[in-house]
Amino acid sequence: MTATVAIALSVNGELVEANVLPRLNLADFLREHLKLTGTHVGCEHGVCGACTVRVNGDIVRSCLMLAVQTQNAAIETIEGLSDSGEIADLQSAFRERNALQCGFCTPGMLMAAQDLLKQSPCPDRERIREHLSGNYCRCTGYQAIVDAIESTAWARRGRRP
Amino acid sequence: MKASAFAYARATSVANALEMLTTYGERAKVLSGGQSLLPAMNLRLVAPELIVDIGELTELRGVAVKGEVLTIGALTRHADLLKSREVAAHAPLLKDAVAHIAHPAIRNRGTIGGSLAHADPASELPACMLTLGATIIARGPGGERRIAANEFFVGIYETALTPQELLVAVELPVTPKNSTHFFHEFARRHGDYAIVGLAAQASIRDGRFADLRLGFFAVGDRPLLAESASKLVDVAITPAVLIEAASALDDELDPLEDQQATPAMRRHLAKVLLARCVSLLLARPDLGAGAPA
Amino acid sequence: MTSERENPQTLSALDRPNSYIGKTVPRPNLDRLMQGRGLYVSDIELPRMAHAVFLRSPHAHARIVGIETSAAKQMPGVIAVVSGRELSTVVTPWVGVLSHLKGLKSAPQSAIAVDRVCWQGEAVAAVVAASRAQAEDAAEHVLVKYEELHAVTDMRTALDPATPVIHASLGDNLAFERIHDAGAVDLAFAESDEVVEAEFVFGRHTGVTLEPRAVVADWNAAEARLTIYQGTQAPHMVQNIAALHLCLKESQVRVVCKDVGGSFGIKVHIYADEMATYALSKLLRRPVKFVADRVESFNTDIHARDHRCKGKIGVKRDGTIMAFEIDDLTGIGPYSMYPRTSAIEANQVVNLVGGPYVTGNYRARARVVFQNKNVMCQYRAVGHPIACSVTEGLVDLAAMKIAMDPVEIRRRNLIADDAYPCASPSGLRFERLSHHAALAKLVQMMDYDALRAEQAALRVKNIHRGIGIASFIEVTNPSAAFYGVGGAKISSQDGVAVRLDAQGSVICQTSITEQGQGSESLTAQIVGSVLGVSMDRVRVMLGDTDNTPYGGGTWASRGAGIGGEAALQATKVLRKNVLDVASAILQSVPGELDIVNNAVVNVVDGAPRIDLSELARIVYFRPDTLPPGVQPELMATRHFVPREYPFAFTNGVQASWLELDLDTGFVKLLKHWVVEDCGTIINPQLVDEQIRGGVVQGLGAALFEKCVYDERGQLTNANMADYLVPMSGEMPDIDVGHVVSPTLESELGAKGAGEAGTAGAAAAVTNAVNDALRPFGTIITEIPLTPQVILTALRRI
Ligand SMILES: Cc1cc2nc3c(=O)[nH]c(=O)nc-3n(C[C@H](O)[C@H](O)[C@H](O)COP(=O)(O)OP(=O)(O)OC[C@H]3O[C@@H](n4cnc5c(N)ncnc54)[C@H](O)[C@@H]3O)c2cc1C
Ligand code: FES
Ligand code: FES
Repeated sequence: MTATVAIALSVNGELVEANVLPRLNLADFLREHLKLTGTHVGCEHGVCGACTVRVNGDIVRSCLMLAVQTQNAAIETIEGLSDSGEIADLQSAFRERNALQCGFCTPGMLMAAQDLLKQSPCPDRERIREHLSGNYCRCTGYQAIVDAIESTAWARRGRRP
Repeated sequence: MKASAFAYARATSVANALEMLTTYGERAKVLSGGQSLLPAMNLRLVAPELIVDIGELTELRGVAVKGEVLTIGALTRHADLLKSREVAAHAPLLKDAVAHIAHPAIRNRGTIGGSLAHADPASELPACMLTLGATIIARGPGGERRIAANEFFVGIYETALTPQELLVAVELPVTPKNSTHFFHEFARRHGDYAIVGLAAQASIRDGRFADLRLGFFAVGDRPLLAESASKLVDVAITPAVLIEAASALDDELDPLEDQQATPAMRRHLAKVLLARCVSLLLARPDLGAGAPA
Repeated sequence: MTSERENPQTLSALDRPNSYIGKTVPRPNLDRLMQGRGLYVSDIELPRMAHAVFLRSPHAHARIVGIETSAAKQMPGVIAVVSGRELSTVVTPWVGVLSHLKGLKSAPQSAIAVDRVCWQGEAVAAVVAASRAQAEDAAEHVLVKYEELHAVTDMRTALDPATPVIHASLGDNLAFERIHDAGAVDLAFAESDEVVEAEFVFGRHTGVTLEPRAVVADWNAAEARLTIYQGTQAPHMVQNIAALHLCLKESQVRVVCKDVGGSFGIKVHIYADEMATYALSKLLRRPVKFVADRVESFNTDIHARDHRCKGKIGVKRDGTIMAFEIDDLTGIGPYSMYPRTSAIEANQVVNLVGGPYVTGNYRARARVVFQNKNVMCQYRAVGHPIACSVTEGLVDLAAMKIAMDPVEIRRRNLIADDAYPCASPSGLRFERLSHHAALAKLVQMMDYDALRAEQAALRVKNIHRGIGIASFIEVTNPSAAFYGVGGAKISSQDGVAVRLDAQGSVICQTSITEQGQGSESLTAQIVGSVLGVSMDRVRVMLGDTDNTPYGGGTWASRGAGIGGEAALQATKVLRKNVLDVASAILQSVPGELDIVNNAVVNVVDGAPRIDLSELARIVYFRPDTLPPGVQPELMATRHFVPREYPFAFTNGVQASWLELDLDTGFVKLLKHWVVEDCGTIINPQLVDEQIRGGVVQGLGAALFEKCVYDERGQLTNANMADYLVPMSGEMPDIDVGHVVSPTLESELGAKGAGEAGTAGAAAAVTNAVNDALRPFGTIITEIPLTPQVILTALRRI
């Protein structure tokens, strides 16, 4: 009864078919089966945000979703967002502002930040801090991250007023 | 830590889910958003034999208004509640409350059904159900049951549901036009479970409460619809009245001790919330300054 | 306060045209991390790799009566189940002591407990399986029979005769004691107008690196070589220790450290489970991976800061501080950690209390006791937050007593900026500090007077805000005085090798390591500036004992000051060598040539003479065209260690501005300021971000973080939902300013900056809370300042 289950899904635009054990969570599936190790695991309880990915356009905790639940879903990881160029400006703002130190939180931070910027084009600092409130960073103290997101928001608004 | 092994079944219909639950009983767990169940499984605190994933039962998802009743499907996600126009119009308290639940990524999966079935005493939504006078609709092998919110929550993580039942929806009376609400909670960090919280709904006439429902959470083993609210209805509120209501509230509370707070602190904070709520709803700053001791 | 350099030639090494020194330049290679293409140890997979899971003791103190593994061995995917006794044939036990910490004692510790477990979380068996999940399944079937022993948990009673001794062979539970007495303390107190005393209590704290500790050990039986992939701050130290206890030669051990998901001192130690993983790989002749999960991290990553410190200050009515006295008590768990020992923190507290101030009258006692809790050891800013909170708390209490403004009392007592060199009451030598310049800058940055006015105006409206100030000193650039003199094989020197490749780019190998501080960047900035090449031409390699010079690594705020100087000196040699070759090729003399923008140019007119790529081509492929006898040397190596001062002290001052809700006990941080002096600033942005990150760790300690143990030694909040770390929503913006007093010990002049933020943040917040509480006649000297603590102090509950 605990046998593997066949799933078919799209990951970063590619069709993926796999047989997975029910207990395998999405984070481990991405990391260990698909070798997409940009999705990090920091707690496995939904608390740190390092494993944040996009499922059907919504950010979710990949440690709190089973791989078997992704049947027919469209998953996007940090590798996908990077390759498509969707967050190139955000990444460049992170680089300029040194908004990452060890970088372990960064993929999840970028996911959460892009999610915010899609929903609210001109968030103030408090709104940014609030939206990131579930993403832990031990290194930066958050300010540089908030700065980078704020400046990206400004720049994007400049582009399309 | 990784979850223990389990079998997985994707329910194809409510009937199909109920069949599996009937067969497996306590050995099965319903999976909705997974935002409470999966952390517990990843800690091996629970190890069900079978997971019944109801995630694809679209009939359990969505918000609808019919006449004076707002119906919310069990699988409606926190994020959906936050965005729903119907909720904003007919149960604005709920919208305020949901903004305090966890973080965006968790609200994108967590569901109202899951939250109510999980019955964490520090959760926002169970208290809102009490305040709003919700009816919880469960379906089991014997058919549908309608359970009043104040009979639904029976202890820490305990509800009136049997292992064979599925929570399918909640029904809320549409909030009256001239009604107003207050939602606040004390949590150490944004999105944390509350140390103490209050979801209140009121109607006010001539500077007095015509009706006041106070749903406290994290003040005991289950959410509490405070009876002491009655002390504030149809009277002119003076500091003395407020103190009396606060002391009546104190008698109703049976707070637990945990990492964040002692029972004494929870009692204190509940009274602070009461004062702030009354002060804000009545626009009487004089009542909110300093908590009644 | 920028000091003039005496030697104009050294000036040129740093201030050359196109220099990167002092500039904000983005760190190289960030794209790798931002695109999710880094290589953290948790990402590493090797062929035939197995996963180790440790079965850990549920008891704080118990005898192991028996271990039954047969059922577990039958479980799917299981490769081996190994007990402590079995593993002891592969790895020897250790004792975490250092000879310069006189009297420090500890008991032998094994990779996996053999007869007895001494804290909840100590490993009793290892399960190795094809996957982590399968190893966990099997671990549930290992049956361990324990006989529970009395758990010593309260440090206050650990030394009582009635309390059982944890390690009978040691005689008592006292690990270490230090007593210090300088000046005339009793007389000074007698002459004081006011004497104030308080007890300061600090919550046990831990590092919570986002990437937990992780190691992959790969014993290649055919090569008889062990490769250890580990997120460590000190690869050569790991190499030394692994070799020592696995009975190998150092040449048989290679330590590789790629990306590391945060360290902060957590990853500068060697943990029993890591040692066990090395040994398991050797035993099983295959790669073995161990990644701590979050619960294990809380139970086994070193804890820190669990101190109770009584303090006393004497002050004259004119504000003169007459004396400090402290009595510090700390509980470190059942063992002194290896190899750095767990006495350093208390030792630092004794060293640092009173450090910013003039008074020479100082008495201190520190006692370090054993208990049945997880081990404590060095975590970011070791001892500094304790010393700073005690000192600055006492100074504020004294100021309050004599009704003096907190800034004013500091102005009257901080060591004068022209008093250097001088020594602290504990005998620490200061080369040059800038307390007054820093305080003046802070007061200006925060607009102190305006803030005081705002505070007063809001009080009337029942809004209670507080301002807290905390001056501090910080130990950086440690010499061998830190560990080496005590017998630890922990290098205090670092080495850098630089070479010109065949296309005129530079490859630089350094023994310092990178965990996000910017080691790679600062090295490239120095090499590029000194040589005269653009940073994109410099590739920095670090974190590999096979491929870098020997050195200490990155800890104790030493990377920039020590590793940076080695890079500077090595590059100077390379530069000279390049110019020698160039002058041979160009038939010029080295003095007439310079390197600018990747090319050799004339000194006089800057005219380009030969591109470095062309020079390299000639050297490597057409040496036959060089004048006879010329043997170019396009690789240079230099090592550096500070020799003059045991430590390069830095200083700074922080301020916190916050609002206190009297009804709820909640504290809202509104703003935080830091002024610090780390000497030469190589990259201002990197320094500022080190400070900010450090401050937020200190703010975590001030408000949120605490490992909560019950009286039976059970850690009751070993997860991230219950152990509260600072998140973005509650953290303030932090303004950072600098004063620059370079150390003259090195040409670079850089001191460390990694720990300054953490050193003073909690003290500033505590002082601010007490400032807000001022009208209410209560003082709090305990952190974290939870609503529970504050409401209790206010007698609201
Ligand atoms: C980091 C973090 C922070 C959080 N903070 C908060 C917070 O502040 N406030 C808060 O309220 N919640 C919080 N949550 C929990 C979150 O709101 C969950 O979504 C919610 O409690 C459970 O909903 P779910 O759909 O995820 O349920 P699941 O996790 O899928 O299920 C929870 C339980 O309910 C049962 N169940 C689920 N659906 C049904 C059903 N239809 N019928 C019968 N039984 C059912 C399951 O079997 C399980 O036992 C947090 C979660 C995380 C990870
Ligand atoms: S690993 Fe998923 S939230 Fe931490
Ligand atoms: S950069 Fe290290 S955790 Fe955020």
